Amino acid sequence: MNKLFYIISVVVFCGILAGCGKQLDLKPSQSLDESDALSTDENVKSVLQGAYSEFALSGIYGGCLLRNAELLGGDGELQWVGTYIDPRQIYLKTMLTTNSEVEAQWEESYEVINSVNNILTALSVVNADDRDKVEGESLFLRGLMYFDLVRFFAQQYKFGTTNDQLGVPLVLTPTGVLSAANNVTRNTVDEVYAQVITDLQTAASKLPEDNGVYASSGAANALLARVYLQKGDYADARDAANTVISSGMYALQPTYAKVFNNDNNTSEDIFATQITPQDDFSAMTEFFSTEDYGGRDGDIIILDGHLNLYSAGDQRFDLFYNGNGSIECGKWNNQYGVVNLIRLAEMYLIRAECNIRLSTTVGASPLEDFNMIHTRAGLTAAASVTLDDILYERRLELAFEGFKIHDVRRLHEDVGSLTYNDPKLVFPIPAREINANPNLASEQNDGY
Amino acid sequence: MRKLLFLLFLFCGCLLPANAQQKTITGTVTGAEDNQPIIGVTVLIKGTSTGVITDMDGKYQISVPQGATLVFRFVGRKSTEVPVGASNVYDVALEYDLVGVDEVVVVGYGTQIKSKVTGSISKVDGDVLRNIPVPTVEQALQGKTAGVFIESVNGKSTGTTNMRIRGSSSITATNQPLFVVDGIPLTTESLNFSGASINPLTSINFNDVESIDILKDAASSAIYGSRGANGVVIITTKKGISGATKINFTVQTGYNEASRRRKFMNSTEYVQYFKDAAYNSDLLEGYDPINNPSDYSGSWLEFANSRMNRYSGWAAVLDGDGTYTGSKVNTDWQNLAFQKGKIYSAEFSAQGGNDKLKYFTSLSYNNSEGILVSNGLQKISARLNIDNKVSKLLDIGFALSLNRTNIDQVSADNAFSTPMQLVALSPITPEYDQSGELSNIPVTTYYNPLVDVKYASRNILEYRTVANGYLSFNLLDGLKWRNEFGFDLYNLKENARYGKETDTGSATNGYGFANYGQTQNITTKSYFDYLKGLGDFSLSAVLGTEFQYTAVDNARAEGEQFPSDNLKTLESAGLITVGTSTLTQYSFLSYFSRVNFDYKAKYLFTLSGRTDGSSRFGTNNRYGFFPAASLGWVLSKEDFLVNNAILSFLKLRTSYGLTGNAGISNFGQLGLYGVTRYNGLGAIVPSQLENRGLGWESTRQIDFGIDWGFFKNRISGEVDYYMKKTNNLLLSVPVPETSGYSTQLRNVGSVQNKGFEFVINTNNFTGNFTWNTNLNFSYNKNEVTNLGDQTIIDDGSARYMNVVMVGQPIGEFYGAEYAGVDPQNGDALWYVNTKDANGKVTDHTTKTNDFNSANFVPLGNPTPKYLGAITNTFGYKGFELAFTFQGVFGNKVHLIGDQWMAANGVWFDNQLESQLASWKKVGDITDVPQARLGYDNGDQSRNSRYLSDGSYVKLRSFMISYEFPTKWISRARLDRMKVFIQGQNLLTFTKYKGWDPEVSTDFLNDNIHTGCDFYSAPQPRSVVFGITIGL
Repeated sequence: MNKLFYIISVVVFCGILAGCGKQLDLKPSQSLDESDALSTDENVKSVLQGAYSEFALSGIYGGCLLRNAELLGGDGELQWVGTYIDPRQIYLKTMLTTNSEVEAQWEESYEVINSVNNILTALSVVNADDRDKVEGESLFLRGLMYFDLVRFFAQQYKFGTTNDQLGVPLVLTPTGVLSAANNVTRNTVDEVYAQVITDLQTAASKLPEDNGVYASSGAANALLARVYLQKGDYADARDAANTVISSGMYALQPTYAKVFNNDNNTSEDIFATQITPQDDFSAMTEFFSTEDYGGRDGDIIILDGHLNLYSAGDQRFDLFYNGNGSIECGKWNNQYGVVNLIRLAEMYLIRAECNIRLSTTVGASPLEDFNMIHTRAGLTAAASVTLDDILYERRLELAFEGFKIHDVRRLHEDVGSLTYNDPKLVFPIPAREINANPNLASEQNDGY
Repeated sequence: MRKLLFLLFLFCGCLLPANAQQKTITGTVTGAEDNQPIIGVTVLIKGTSTGVITDMDGKYQISVPQGATLVFRFVGRKSTEVPVGASNVYDVALEYDLVGVDEVVVVGYGTQIKSKVTGSISKVDGDVLRNIPVPTVEQALQGKTAGVFIESVNGKSTGTTNMRIRGSSSITATNQPLFVVDGIPLTTESLNFSGASINPLTSINFNDVESIDILKDAASSAIYGSRGANGVVIITTKKGISGATKINFTVQTGYNEASRRRKFMNSTEYVQYFKDAAYNSDLLEGYDPINNPSDYSGSWLEFANSRMNRYSGWAAVLDGDGTYTGSKVNTDWQNLAFQKGKIYSAEFSAQGGNDKLKYFTSLSYNNSEGILVSNGLQKISARLNIDNKVSKLLDIGFALSLNRTNIDQVSADNAFSTPMQLVALSPITPEYDQSGELSNIPVTTYYNPLVDVKYASRNILEYRTVANGYLSFNLLDGLKWRNEFGFDLYNLKENARYGKETDTGSATNGYGFANYGQTQNITTKSYFDYLKGLGDFSLSAVLGTEFQYTAVDNARAEGEQFPSDNLKTLESAGLITVGTSTLTQYSFLSYFSRVNFDYKAKYLFTLSGRTDGSSRFGTNNRYGFFPAASLGWVLSKEDFLVNNAILSFLKLRTSYGLTGNAGISNFGQLGLYGVTRYNGLGAIVPSQLENRGLGWESTRQIDFGIDWGFFKNRISGEVDYYMKKTNNLLLSVPVPETSGYSTQLRNVGSVQNKGFEFVINTNNFTGNFTWNTNLNFSYNKNEVTNLGDQTIIDDGSARYMNVVMVGQPIGEFYGAEYAGVDPQNGDALWYVNTKDANGKVTDHTTKTNDFNSANFVPLGNPTPKYLGAITNTFGYKGFELAFTFQGVFGNKVHLIGDQWMAANGVWFDNQLESQLASWKKVGDITDVPQARLGYDNGDQSRNSRYLSDGSYVKLRSFMISYEFPTKWISRARLDRMKVFIQGQNLLTFTKYKGWDPEVSTDFLNDNIHTGCDFYSAPQPRSVVFGITIGL
């Protein structure tokens, strides 16, 4: 009896020993192996959708990048009264190299870039009919990332000279196995702008005119107009803006109030970040609005220095409201609304500014374009217009939409006692990045 | 509840065995040296756990079956056996003996006699854990053993703890030990969605524990292979006994309250302080709104006055120039965060059986309100353990425990809605506004957490079933084949609902979620156990295999737009915003063996090994082998020491072995794309860089130990020295973010722990008056010795300053060194600490007021260097007094919350009273910088100003009890009756500036971020009164 059990036990025991090995091969359920991710048309398109989701992250086009442009350029028109330290540093122009807002832009932008670079290597598996569209959207996103990286992390582009000041590292291939080659160095501002323009031009040529809420040829051309304007290349900026306006794809909203706080794009939106309750909430609402609309405690308040700029009857003034005893900007009161990134009004203003600078009337006269915007705000049409009028109109029309520091830079204005090219107005390369990539140690921006 | 109890009684009744022929024995137990009666001697029927305890006069009375043998046991005395013959009276004199050397300790896959153990194992008797009023077993173990650091991360009811055996050996993988209950490795990962992680071990009812054995060195833990590196905590639950059924019933009731508070400004101080702060900022900008009224408009002072008006509920008294002059309101918000929480618990257990079938069963209920408003924990546990001797050949057994834990949760420490953040509100703000509603934004400086208390509910229900069965075949003499199957099924149901009045629900007409999680953990094992004596030699061996599979499921839905606050479930949500489910899993396949060999119980030798394979390891590195060896020499059994008058016991032991840490993410080896969405559509993004060579961390540990006893072991103890070196650390290595990734998981780097442990037990007095002392003390030095290509891992946070740095302990605080205040202008100053090319500080005198130009330096460490505890137990005629002082020494705590509470008035958070000492005029010598509204002046968080000494000594536990004499209670047919009062954390001695130095804020708590205080609740001080009745 005992012997029998002994034999049975050894047999069973050995059976157990042999049986379980394959139980060690388990696969994840919420993630895809990278070899599968770029293997089919469907998956590559999901990666493109993923690149948009990264583009919509809170630290960048979910809103903080626009907010940071306003805080960094802000002086006397708005005030940061929130408790978060990192945005306060941006507002006070005392950013540390550890500033988390600065790091967020760096990190999240390069995540988009890596996703896009992956897609661009896998275009061959995309259905031939959609290939141009996928490529165009990818290049649009990459152009957008590099444009804002170079605007925040480098000194302003100077038109007509060599711009060999340090820009940001240009990474154009996907990250596979990490090696020393991933310890990249900064390219020049010239090189970054050249890449941005190449990407956007290719995108404009490959994208359809109508692409829903995704990047279209109009979005690529509109962004090109903005890029050229930032460079001071007024002729190209004017022409690109004219291309967008004359496409007939977009129309101004009847009133200024209708431009904002929309759940979906309006006819005026050329490109906007889509926010749905399933994703997240708008970071612009979080900081510009009060808790009644899902914001924090009205962290950014608007000062008389801005409010006094409006003349009587300007409906744009009516958007401001008293929230918790301070004046708040009313453009961002829908936490699940789209974040307006590029809208048609900007194109009119670019075309007007460039036409008047170059004494041309491509598309329309500067006065006609100016009055399009001026009268939409409920004001009476002007009889004549100067460059200053157009810039003033731009300041009101696009207020608190993420234009401030960039306009300060290209127009060589001051922020308080700081001149447009003061190193304090340029983001530092994040300390964390320099720790991880020693090649950047000697390339930190001045003043850090 | 009552019904349940009734049912349980019925159930137990069915199991009561028919009594065999019994007779009643009486007698007196005395000390052999003085013939004084000894109280509290355990009198057991041999082979059972049936027994009684001697009373004040050393007398006992027990009913025994014919032919039984009585065993008399008492700490410090030689156990004595007396066969029951014809007589009905047996008086026994007990001699002194070695403490605990014939005690049995539980080791991996078996047991060993303590005197033969060659590893380092701390055993804690279950009796000392009974009824301690704390949520989790780890907390009950605080101070009980040497070399084991246990801290509660805060004073919430959720019982989250950090437990480190012989220091932290990992940076990224877990540092918690492996918990094994009756052979089943327990799930310890929490599944809650919202707030800080809760502790799944709260569901272990430690009243059911027979013993806890903590395996500390490699020789004892290597048999757990790739999960042994952090040590192993083996929990053994009570088993049945044959003989008359023993029933135990305990109830206790008492309260919890906050053990420490901080002092904040009152409303008069607050108003003056912030007006000064505003005026200082104006002067700094070149304006003087007080002396030049034209400067007032647009000044900081005007702004401060308008805010005072707002924070007072628009009810400010304004004097002539519109200046706020204060109000009668003086709200103590801190007081509103706390409550005196009631504790109630009842516990019932029964133990019984016969030679064939034995059982232990218990039922317990515990309700503890927390010290924070709306925080609390209720537990119900039931257990049934059955062992059955089917035949000579076969033993079978079964253990089942069912647990239900209900937690009324509060938000994590960093949420505006957590009660402790009430302290940020201004004292000039009334608790209720004029309409009788709770004050809230914009009147409060921040969201008022009491609105959450009133209009939100957050509830977690955990159900845990741990069951295991075994079949053990007695194949040959000394050879057993044991087969076990066990599962640990952990379910969590979490519901939260925020009304439209709350911050979370206000913009969306209410918000709610329902989260369901389940961890199923299935273990099977089969092993041979062999024991053979050959003359002077004895041999024991284990050989077996084990397989474990764990799957973690989760499903969650979130909703908004509720038509009414009264509707609580998502059925009534107008908009479902999230519906999701996830699954993750892992498995281990292992083979293990151990051989113990000794000669005359004098020369001891143990060899063990385990091979572990896991789905977590890279396909190129799937199996690991973990061997260990140990030696022991019992010198006191040598001829030259035997019968030595002074030295009664001496054993030298040493061990060396390799263990692993597999506490890494389940799919860390794979290159992955994770899921996300945009514009309502699913999407995928690159989420993880591939590393096919990824494996476990390996720890080599050497241990030297001496077990000793003097004067017939009235003084005894242990000394251990160990050195632990962990290589192939699993590190989330920061990579350039230009790659699109932030980190990659790699096996690089090393950490070393070395230290000493001392344990001393003394019997100071014996006889009528007894006094025993147990002291444990340990020292551990933790050092990161290698991080691959890096010298520092610093996440670059501006708020937290724990880093990992070569040459420093894990979690070292790294920031700017505060140099006090410039007497000339009130600026905060820091040492520049200029460094040379090697990072060495070359100048320690130059100061700067520019935080950016202060170089960061190591500032101290959150992990204590020294741990100690001393327990004194006094007994006299049924009275017993026992108390434990426990302390940690040599650590620092980062007061992160002080960057708002002691923040030079940069914003309107109420400030600590200590800030009144701020710099005010030229020449002031103070270390509190000038108050400046809207300007940073010393409030940068990575700053030694916010570090405080975290050493403490606590009166951790205190118990006074009285055991009624048997003769008084036997008329009531009671076996025993004991009344007691016990307390936890009654006293705290510390220089710490915050609430409680025992802290690691819950939302941040990980291997690196420990010792951080961020609005963290202090530990509860508990006092309970209870009564135990035995039948």
